[in-house]
Amino acid sequence: MSSRAPAILVLEDGRVFRGEAFGSVGETFGEAVFNTGMTGYQETLTDPSYYGQVVAQTAPQIGNTGWNDEDDESRRIWVAGYVVRDPSRITSNWRAERGLEDELAAQGVVGICGVDTRALTRHLRESGAMRVGVSSRSTDADELLARVRAAPRMTGANLVAEVTCDRPYTYEAEGETRYTVAAVDLGIKRSTPRRLAKRGVATTVFPAGTDVEDLLAGGPDAVFLSNGPGDPATADEQVELTRELLRRKVPVFGICFGNQILGRALGLDTYKLKYGHRGINQPVLDRHTGKVEITAHNHGFALAKPKANDESGALASARSAEYFTTDFGRVQVSHVCLNDDVVEGLTCLDVPAYSVQYHPEAAGGPHDADYLFDRLTALIEDHKGADADA
Amino acid sequence: MPKRDDINHVLVIGSGPIQIGQACEFDYSGTQACRVLREEGIRVTLVNSNPATIMTDPEFADATYVEPITTEVIEQVIAREKPDALLPTLGGQTALNAAVALTEAGILEKYGVELIGADMDAIQRGEDRQQFKDVVIKAGGEVPRSAVCHSMDEVRATVAELGLPVVIRPSFTMGGLGSGMAHTWEDVDRIAGNGLAESPTTEVLIEESVLGWKEYELELMRDHNDNVVVVCSIENVDPMGVHTGDSVTVAPAMTLTDREYQDMRDIGIAVLREVGVDTGGCNIQFAIDPADGRIIVIEMNPRVSRSSALASKATGFPIAKIAAKLAIGYTLDEIPNDITGATPAAFEPAIDYVVVKVPRFTFEKFPGADPTLTTTMKSVGEAMSMGRTFQQALQKALRSTETKAAGFWTRPDPAGATLASTLEALATPHDGTLYTAERALRLGATVDQVHDACKIDPWFLDQIAQLVDLRAEIQAAPVIDEGLLWKAKRAGCSDAQIAALRPELAGEDGVRSLRVRLGLRPVYKTVDTCAAEFAADTPYHYSAYEDETEVAPSDRPKVMILGSGPNRIGQGIEFDYSCVHAVQALREAGYETIMVNCNPETVSTDYDTADRLYFEPLTFEDVSEVHHAEHASGLAAGGPGVVGVIVQLGGQTPLGLADRLAEAGLPVVGTSPSAIDAAEDRGVFGRLLDELGLAMPAGGTAASFEEARDVAAAIGYPVLVRPSYVLGGRGMEIVYDEDSLAGYISRATEASPEHPVLVDRFLDDAVEIDVDCLCDGEDFYLGGIMEHIEEAGVHSGDSSCALPPITLGRNMIEQIRDYTAKLAFGLGVRGLMNVQYAVKDDRLYVLEANPRASRTVPFVSKATAVPLAKAAARIAMGATIAQLREEGMLLAEGDGSDAGPEAPISVKEVVLPFKRFRTVEGAGIDAILGPEMKSTGEVMGLGGSFGLAFAKATLAVYGKLPTSGKVFVSVADRDKRAVVFPVRRLVDLGFTVYATKGTGLVLKRHGIDSTPVARHHGARGEEETDAVGLIASGGVDLVITTPSASSGPRTDGWEIRSAAVVADVPCVTTIQGAAAATMGIEAAARGELTVTPLQELHQRLRG
Ligand SMILES: Nc1ncnc2c1ncn2[C@@H]1O[C@H](COP(=O)(O)OP(=O)(O)O)[C@@H](O)[C@H]1O
Ligand SMILES: Nc1ncnc2c1ncn2[C@@H]1O[C@H](COP(=O)(O)OP(=O)(O)O)[C@@H](O)[C@H]1O
Ligand SMILES: [Mg+2]
Ligand SMILES: [Mg+2]
Repeated sequence: MSSRAPAILVLEDGRVFRGEAFGSVGETFGEAVFNTGMTGYQETLTDPSYYGQVVAQTAPQIGNTGWNDEDDESRRIWVAGYVVRDPSRITSNWRAERGLEDELAAQGVVGICGVDTRALTRHLRESGAMRVGVSSRSTDADELLARVRAAPRMTGANLVAEVTCDRPYTYEAEGETRYTVAAVDLGIKRSTPRRLAKRGVATTVFPAGTDVEDLLAGGPDAVFLSNGPGDPATADEQVELTRELLRRKVPVFGICFGNQILGRALGLDTYKLKYGHRGINQPVLDRHTGKVEITAHNHGFALAKPKANDESGALASARSAEYFTTDFGRVQVSHVCLNDDVVEGLTCLDVPAYSVQYHPEAAGGPHDADYLFDRLTALIEDHKGADADA
Repeated sequence: MPKRDDINHVLVIGSGPIQIGQACEFDYSGTQACRVLREEGIRVTLVNSNPATIMTDPEFADATYVEPITTEVIEQVIAREKPDALLPTLGGQTALNAAVALTEAGILEKYGVELIGADMDAIQRGEDRQQFKDVVIKAGGEVPRSAVCHSMDEVRATVAELGLPVVIRPSFTMGGLGSGMAHTWEDVDRIAGNGLAESPTTEVLIEESVLGWKEYELELMRDHNDNVVVVCSIENVDPMGVHTGDSVTVAPAMTLTDREYQDMRDIGIAVLREVGVDTGGCNIQFAIDPADGRIIVIEMNPRVSRSSALASKATGFPIAKIAAKLAIGYTLDEIPNDITGATPAAFEPAIDYVVVKVPRFTFEKFPGADPTLTTTMKSVGEAMSMGRTFQQALQKALRSTETKAAGFWTRPDPAGATLASTLEALATPHDGTLYTAERALRLGATVDQVHDACKIDPWFLDQIAQLVDLRAEIQAAPVIDEGLLWKAKRAGCSDAQIAALRPELAGEDGVRSLRVRLGLRPVYKTVDTCAAEFAADTPYHYSAYEDETEVAPSDRPKVMILGSGPNRIGQGIEFDYSCVHAVQALREAGYETIMVNCNPETVSTDYDTADRLYFEPLTFEDVSEVHHAEHASGLAAGGPGVVGVIVQLGGQTPLGLADRLAEAGLPVVGTSPSAIDAAEDRGVFGRLLDELGLAMPAGGTAASFEEARDVAAAIGYPVLVRPSYVLGGRGMEIVYDEDSLAGYISRATEASPEHPVLVDRFLDDAVEIDVDCLCDGEDFYLGGIMEHIEEAGVHSGDSSCALPPITLGRNMIEQIRDYTAKLAFGLGVRGLMNVQYAVKDDRLYVLEANPRASRTVPFVSKATAVPLAKAAARIAMGATIAQLREEGMLLAEGDGSDAGPEAPISVKEVVLPFKRFRTVEGAGIDAILGPEMKSTGEVMGLGGSFGLAFAKATLAVYGKLPTSGKVFVSVADRDKRAVVFPVRRLVDLGFTVYATKGTGLVLKRHGIDSTPVARHHGARGEEETDAVGLIASGGVDLVITTPSASSGPRTDGWEIRSAAVVADVPCVTTIQGAAAATMGIEAAARGELTVTPLQELHQRLRG
């Protein structure tokens, strides 16, 4: 146990960290990011949005509660690599099925432990997210650096195809089915349909490429745009799909990647954050209620603040109550992050659509934003009413 | 919603004297609150009877009332000050109870004072255990099955239904006072009986036991916009059944999945909302069944608590400060997080290190007290540490507690310890359970075996098992190479621990030089609330063995101030007070101040007290590494680096490091270590006194019983024996004959050449004097002279005293000043010195001199309006007394020895923890005072006359002072005539007298009738009642009983004293005290108890 092979972590800019092999022994590359959650490593590892990323956990004691078969957020672990300070030697939890390290090894995930993760985090904070390589095979830093620089970048990466499901499947409602929702799988987490099911929603999950007719064939009450990995600037196909949904006034709810797609459909740009929001303690202001919710975040890209639509310079701060006008009518920035004023949510006033950049389904993370799923059922109801009137 | 503009004047209530369950964490929170309110331009009025607190320094409030925290007194303050609002949530249970009383008495309404930060119904819902359970169920949570009972019959019925064991808990008490785990019906009768008595509402809760479940705490904050954040989760390593205050605890929670943690968070928030705490902090405790994750809610404290202080220090999120801002109308999103500066306080801290808190006990001071850890808090202090891993944090915390063992492996196992005996010992929670667990694992037990024995979560046990493996590796390795040493240091092992495992490395110094040669030194990480997500420039550091350090270079001259570590009896908040003053004075003088301490309860460990804070153990290794890092960073910036290390203000802890730090080349300033030794070494000290021509009690040093016997024979009994080098009179006893001397030597000390025993003539009936003074080598300044009310023989830390002295003549005072000056120059003091004298037959004897800040410094400073500790710090850094007189820090002329007639009288009275302890059988323990210190805290009474001041002090301690009713009198023969006068006065005031035979007879002869009572049941003759029974049944309002010193060991009559303690009846155990109490009662009866703010008194004193 204590005899681990030496391992190294090399960043694109040449900074080297030394540690020991963790999980499967080998070599891996990806975008270096850090997550500040103190709980929920299993959910993090199985969140498809982390596809292509080497995740460093700032919490030092990882693996204490082992691995169980209930908390997976998808069918597998997606991170490209895993960096921790002090992995647990045993597992202690009544639900644990096996150890974290066994699971990493079984799924061939290369990791490194014993790293000064705080130093790594501070470096990424100052220099921004960048490419990284982890190797427990060779410890020659220069050689590894060369390969890191040859690896693909996250900007411009289209990863949806790799994480989406290959055929549609349905997640039944709990109790009687009151609504049906068609979800576009861009890397969806299991907790989303689970949360919807609690509200009597049956969710049919479709592959990312599905066209609008197939998507609406079953006559769903609403369409859900999921979270997912990669650069939203590459998701033109989904953006087009969304514009069509908006034209047809189909209720739309988007999360994370889905928020960026709705935003683009409404004419906003996206940009890459310096080092992203990844944690479960992010304060978001809901401008409808003026209340703060503590939320789970996992995004490296964000929506650009809308331009002021008059000289008054309104919207200079996303916190201002102003709306802006789009091809689809008036839209409000409904949520903002209090830490850095980043746009965290949109609500359309003239079409039945809204979205948030963070994760109301949590897992891991606080449940403060759970109400957003109620907003979907409410939106569906209003829309039905509206149709009836029309 | 921004700040309310209708609140311009707030009344803050402090928590009063330090006691078990309510320590200096409330000085920390109260100080923060006062600071914040004043920054907001609000006038602050403060009531707190504890003079040793920073919050009662005049500059922290506009009007500071060092007065008893009672309804009557606070009403006077309100009438005088007319505040708009009362903030009761930052002064612990004391302040909360006071607020409840004020509301119920209709006083807040009468004066139109609004309660802020708490609402009465919410307090009731949170504190009343039954109401609380209903609330939890309404909020969708689970609670243990239980019932509230108001009588023993109800109790028995309930227990019959729930089945043993059960937990019995009184409502509205703090620190679990009176509560307990009942395993047998005897337990039930006993604990429930006491509980009903303890509870202000005579109700106890009988509760289903969930012994052995995992215990957690959440610290939450809510603003009036209903925003809620969880500041910190705390996991108890000790399972349910051990009070959180007595448990080793860890932050953040270590053994929960996100699902379980979030469920707990949801319940916590739901409960908080249901209770309706409208703004502020609160603490909720949970139990989780390790078998199936079932969560039940145990209790909540709708206020800032001990755990909030811990959570604040653990995360860098200042709960008290924010609670104060929320109380005046701000919402969380409007308050900046001052650590990052950039982000708001509306967030949940993410930490990238592990925090461990370890409690500190002092059972050795209470012989007979049951040392089992249970649902009643028994610890007197705590140490906290931070590390990058649990192992590192745990090992740091263990060596921070300054117990005999400085971490694992530093002491031999108890003789004859076997695996079986060790596992058996684990079945009962005790001080040092983790040491026992380590031993069990080392002796071959599996993690599961140990878990079965003590129910501590296997994860924690495996962490200890890893240390056991590391130990084996260190012992087995042919040589300690860099790799292995690095590994050991990363696991938190101290040089001393490694040395203990590898004798050939020539001790701690050997390991240290090897480590330094290999270049293995700690780096320092920063506490930043956000796991490095945002930049933070708050220099709040902890050590770690990692790649990168975060100590910022600075070219300013640096001064390190060493704190006093965990609170314990004999070394408490008073020393933190002096350290904080040093920081304030030196900051002002332009130095960069660096605080090193490991006590999470204190003001000194608030990140904005000193320029830089190092949360580190106060050991030679940890302190010198901080010095190394800071000095280097100073030089690197082209500055002078560390120019001074102050060890005189933190009590014995830093003082004990002085020699080694100086040897290691650290610039220890102030009185030289050699002078300190001279004062501690009785031989050297005795010779010095001879040279100076000062008298000390005859005595000698003995390295064996024979020597001791000869010394005693030569000087005559009674003698006072003690081990050398002690604080708080540890192991000190008055011995009346040779047999008991032999007994003492064999029992209390291992007398040997290394550990000699000091034998002194015991001065009977002597008046004790305490003096605090300053000296700079040129000049001498007498801070204050305190005359003890109890006779010498009662530890200075336990006796009440008056300043200025109330019976000493001018000549004696002159002589005291003269003696003290001679001593200060003779020893070469540079800073503070405390001297204790005994006056017998008009002769002055030196008992001891401590060339350091003493326990009485804060009291003297407040009584005389002269900040002695600040002056001492400046003197240590080279300022002269003349200069400080110039600056106005010290009086321009004259000093504490010539207090004018207009000077008010200040009385210090102490608080004793006896009632917290019970024998294994559940009886009270003896409440006798002696040369070994036992008090946990003190109060100050201020008045124009001694009687008045004494009355206030008594009121502050007992919360009541009878002005009529029944008094029980029973005094030693030598006191019989002296007691006549006070008793006569009491009779005039309308008291009826109960007395034992002899005393009654003397009273009769002086025409005072009394009802005869036997001393105790056994001694009953014709009397139909006995004192113990009478007192226990609450039949008397005042007890006057003095032990007869002549009759051998002073334990006679302890049943009476402990009965009084258990029944919480004011109990006077000295004849001087009796006279004082009488004067106080007279004053009170005449309704002369008026209140005056400290600011006004200081005005008068300093003109
Ligand atoms: N039902 C119970 N079964 C077992 N232990 C309990 C139970 N309730 C409380 N305890 C233990 O007693 C301690 C003190 O109880 P608590 O309700 O927190 O009182 P206090 O007001 O003194 O904090 C808790 O920390 C816990 O360890
Ligand atoms: N020779 C003595 N005669 C009477 N009382 C004494 C004598 N020496 C010490 N005492 C009492 O014992 C107490 C503790 O002794 P001291 O020397 O002050 O030890 P500490 O270092 O614990 O303060 C003193 O406060 C005093 O009341
Ligand atoms: Mg409690
Ligand atoms: Mg003393």
